[in-house]
Amino acid sequence: MPKQQEILTKPICYHCGEDCAEEIFYDEKLFCCAGCKAVYELLFQNNLCSYYSLETHPGINLKESGAGIKFNYLDDKETASRIIEFSNDEITKVSFYIPTIHCSSCIYLLEHLYKIDHTVVNSKTDFTQKKVFITYKTKETSLRKVAELLSNIGYEPAINIDDLTENEKPKILKKLYYKIGIAGFCFGNIMLFSFPEYLSFGNIETYYKFLFGYLNILLAVPVFFYCASDYFKSAYLGLKQKHINLDVPISLGIAVIFLRSVFEVVSGFGAGYFDSLTGLIFFLLIGKLIQTKTFDFLNFERNYKSYFPISVTVLKNKSETTIPINKLVKGDRIIIRNGELIPADSILFKGNANIDYSFVTGESTPVEKVFGEIVYAGGRQEGDVLELEVIRDVSQSYLTQLWNNEAFKKAEEQKNKLNDVIAKYFTFITLAVALTAGAFWLNKDIKIAVNVFTAVLVIACPCALALAGPFALSNTMRIFGKNNFYLKNTGVIEKLSKIDSIVFDKTGTITQVKNAELSYYGNLLSNSELMEIKSLVKNSTHPLSRRIYESIKSDGEFTLENYKEFPGKGIKGITGQNEYKIGTLEFVSAGEIKNDESENKASKVYVSKNGKLKGYFLILNYFRKGLNELVSSLREDKTLSVLSGDNDNEKENLSQIFGDETDMRFYQKPEDKLDYIKALQEKSKKVLMIGDGLNDAGALKQSDAGIAVTESVTCFSPSCDAILGSEKFRDLNTYLNFSKTTMNIIKASFAFSMLYNFVGLFYAVQGTLSPIVAAILMPVSSISVVLFAIFLTDFFAKRRKLL
Amino acid sequence: MEVMFILIGASITVASVFLLAFIWAVKSGQYDDRYTPSVRILFEENTPAKSENKKL
Repeated sequence: MPKQQEILTKPICYHCGEDCAEEIFYDEKLFCCAGCKAVYELLFQNNLCSYYSLETHPGINLKESGAGIKFNYLDDKETASRIIEFSNDEITKVSFYIPTIHCSSCIYLLEHLYKIDHTVVNSKTDFTQKKVFITYKTKETSLRKVAELLSNIGYEPAINIDDLTENEKPKILKKLYYKIGIAGFCFGNIMLFSFPEYLSFGNIETYYKFLFGYLNILLAVPVFFYCASDYFKSAYLGLKQKHINLDVPISLGIAVIFLRSVFEVVSGFGAGYFDSLTGLIFFLLIGKLIQTKTFDFLNFERNYKSYFPISVTVLKNKSETTIPINKLVKGDRIIIRNGELIPADSILFKGNANIDYSFVTGESTPVEKVFGEIVYAGGRQEGDVLELEVIRDVSQSYLTQLWNNEAFKKAEEQKNKLNDVIAKYFTFITLAVALTAGAFWLNKDIKIAVNVFTAVLVIACPCALALAGPFALSNTMRIFGKNNFYLKNTGVIEKLSKIDSIVFDKTGTITQVKNAELSYYGNLLSNSELMEIKSLVKNSTHPLSRRIYESIKSDGEFTLENYKEFPGKGIKGITGQNEYKIGTLEFVSAGEIKNDESENKASKVYVSKNGKLKGYFLILNYFRKGLNELVSSLREDKTLSVLSGDNDNEKENLSQIFGDETDMRFYQKPEDKLDYIKALQEKSKKVLMIGDGLNDAGALKQSDAGIAVTESVTCFSPSCDAILGSEKFRDLNTYLNFSKTTMNIIKASFAFSMLYNFVGLFYAVQGTLSPIVAAILMPVSSISVVLFAIFLTDFFAKRRKLL
Repeated sequence: MEVMFILIGASITVASVFLLAFIWAVKSGQYDDRYTPSVRILFEENTPAKSENKKL
């Protein structure tokens, strides 16, 4: 048995299957951490060990999922009432979304919760939705306790108040099932009544013909008015906005067949085409169901993964810690620095708030707020450090929404994308072909003319075409998300594929400041001076300021006045009655001493107190891992530039990596960076800007595609198009190339679906293709194109080791 | 040939029963989750038949 061997060769945790760094034995089984052992113990005591026999190592590693998270906020009646679905004195029903559900063992454990905790009456799992529905005894436990129970066994519920409004989806799916059922029923019966016509008994008595005809009309009416209603609605909405969408030809075809058939039956002229009509709609709906299912599957993973890793600084017991934004709860004290975004509605406790709400309202004039006032999520602080108390839970979806805000749509996005353009022309051409072919047959045989007209409309419908794009793109976005590369929307992929020049920001982007070695030279600083410096640099989001801030351990704080930041130069302010300047030598010495250019591989940050130079911090720069390889692969077909707000100490080092032809500019202010990108764009270059997301927000917005490289501590900037985890920085070129591959896959899918269309059209215009065959072929073609697109993206992702 | 009317009526009635059964099945949530029950049935002990289960 391979299972056993695995255990022998490598120490693997019995619970979660992870490698064991430390080995904890319990009950002759090996565990990687106390958390995993605790879960096993709990299950063992409650006789639930089938959990381990259904799948091998089904458990969730508790080190990563952070078990034991407190759900204090669920004690709040109002919050709880928004989550609880039903409650009376005896029982309460609630459903949790649990992203970690992944195998049948999970279902087993979650459905046996009542064995672990007797206050749980019953629990049911929905594997596909990753939800668990729990009924518990209202008097004996509380919502918080239930959530904590789940979290303790590794199934931490993801609670998002906004999720609750998302219950619309199952309803839409249910409606689709109803429609399919009714269409299938009517289609089958109409076929039955059409048999005499098929077999063309010459001598069907007239009253039977009448009866069958009217029965068919009766059965076709619900199909036409109910089952096909979505197509009409969508076509109508499209036309209203003067936009011909894909549902226009379908609706037109359906309407023509229906009216024509009713006319034939009523006038006694023929039997009509009710069988084709209902069959067509039946198969269209089935195709739609399959598409929805596939798309949901792709979306599900993407939605969850696309919660990019934003974190926030929290003040706990007077010390600062950074936590992921979704762990932020009501009552937390948070620190917001210059340029950072406010993640949740909060009350201002300290500092002068000067908040720019342009992300939310589009109005960029900052609003001043004073102590005790409420500041709303989405605002951006300009100036001093703020201390806030969170009064409402964070909604990640709100921040994601903000990222997708209209105000940040780049002008180019309004222009039609590849997909839209093709779809539009295709619809027109299809209509033209259908009309011409129909008119041609009209003289000869009106029956064939109607057949040809509808068959052409149905077979040539560019559905497959319209689907290939979204499916390939969202699959690519999903693949990127798995690799810590989060895109704002699928449109970014198209832009990334066209990039021909790349502009790098230096500090914090190609150099890594976090954990960089720091030392101080010059006059020794006293403890109070250190604290004063700490109070000053606290306000700045510049990577070097952050590094200095982290290095000063002394606690205590001074008030700060007249804080000012000079981009590319330094910061100044009055703390503890002393005026400090921190930054470049030239800035600190007020221009008396020019910057020296001797030192390499390091940034010097000078400090002056009351105009007297004290010394400097030397921060060794580390280039990010893999920079060399990345640059040499990018240089092959792209123009590179480096823009830095800092001094040119490193020019030599950089040119060793980037080569001589790379444009390198130093002492760049944010406006300079923006102008530089504008200049490149005027030369009709497609520019990719890579920055840290804060000091170069303008440039990120101006560029065709802006990527913010982030450490775990990130400052959320809505102006970027993508967020790249810093550890994946070296793979940038792989991502760019993969975007190109995706665009090629889409084109190939287009060609593939065109092939279907041409073959179909060839038969349709000759009148040898009945609408019913066309109706079967169409979903088949759509589905095969969708599968083609997904399969190819997955295949190429695997080849590039992205999956 | 009048028997045809009866036959047609009978066939439509039977078919309608199946349609109604299908609609009932969708309404009662049998199509909401088509995966989990297939796993659940294999568990050795049964989950207690409580209010939730009656829905199915």
